[in-house]
Amino acid sequence: MKCVNEMKLEFVSRSANEGFARVAVAAFVAQLDPTVDELSEIKTIVSEAVTNSIVHGYKDGLGIVYIAVRLYENNRIVLTVRDKGCGIEDVAKAMEPMYTSCENGERAGMGFTIMRTFSDRIRVSSRVGRGTRVTMERYLASRVHRKG
Amino acid sequence: MNVTFSMLDTTLTVVLEGELDHHNIKDVRELIDLRIERARPSHLIMDLRGVPFSDSSGIALVLGRYKLMTAAGGSMEVRNVSPQIKKIFLLSGVDKLMTVK
Repeated sequence: MKCVNEMKLEFVSRSANEGFARVAVAAFVAQLDPTVDELSEIKTIVSEAVTNSIVHGYKDGLGIVYIAVRLYENNRIVLTVRDKGCGIEDVAKAMEPMYTSCENGERAGMGFTIMRTFSDRIRVSSRVGRGTRVTMERYLASRVHRKG
Repeated sequence: MNVTFSMLDTTLTVVLEGELDHHNIKDVRELIDLRIERARPSHLIMDLRGVPFSDSSGIALVLGRYKLMTAAGGSMEVRNVSPQIKKIFLLSGVDKLMTVK
């Protein structure tokens, strides 16, 4: 399937940019004419992945969060959120519902569960000391009338 | 994030306005806990009528306040949630602990 459009975005891992990331990805994905529900689910998975990079990946300082979005012919979206932070030692454990490595703050440990639920496919690759990459795929329900 | 408090008898209502994410919740949590400490309500209502969106940070905010309230023998509920928020609250089982409308 052909990639019809793509964008890349990078920003400093400041929490103030979480809302910006949601809106930026939503604005880009809008050209595929998603439903309100689809858009809100995509914004949610962006928020979860970006927050993970900011809160966990770069917990000891600041770094860059990298977002890439690719739109494909068959209404398929591939979203990648990447950081060069501390990495995840045990990915399977990190993805368990309600698991959180956060000690002092308040975290629900639901980020990966939400990402998994709201995407059609999720892949997490990570290396301790090098960083983490989360790739999520989402198919949008097909439309009869497409925007040109 | 906008936070408004009102007290009726022993029920404290918190009305929030804005998006519930990790960034916006940072200051809100302390504000709410401080008010709970001072007012000592037996019941807490979190009104999310002005909140169109929440990620799991919102879940943590609600669960944290639930722990605080129930530890003191109180209760809480969440009202006026958007469809997106209802979805993630159901996913994390918040509705099994308290009323989510």
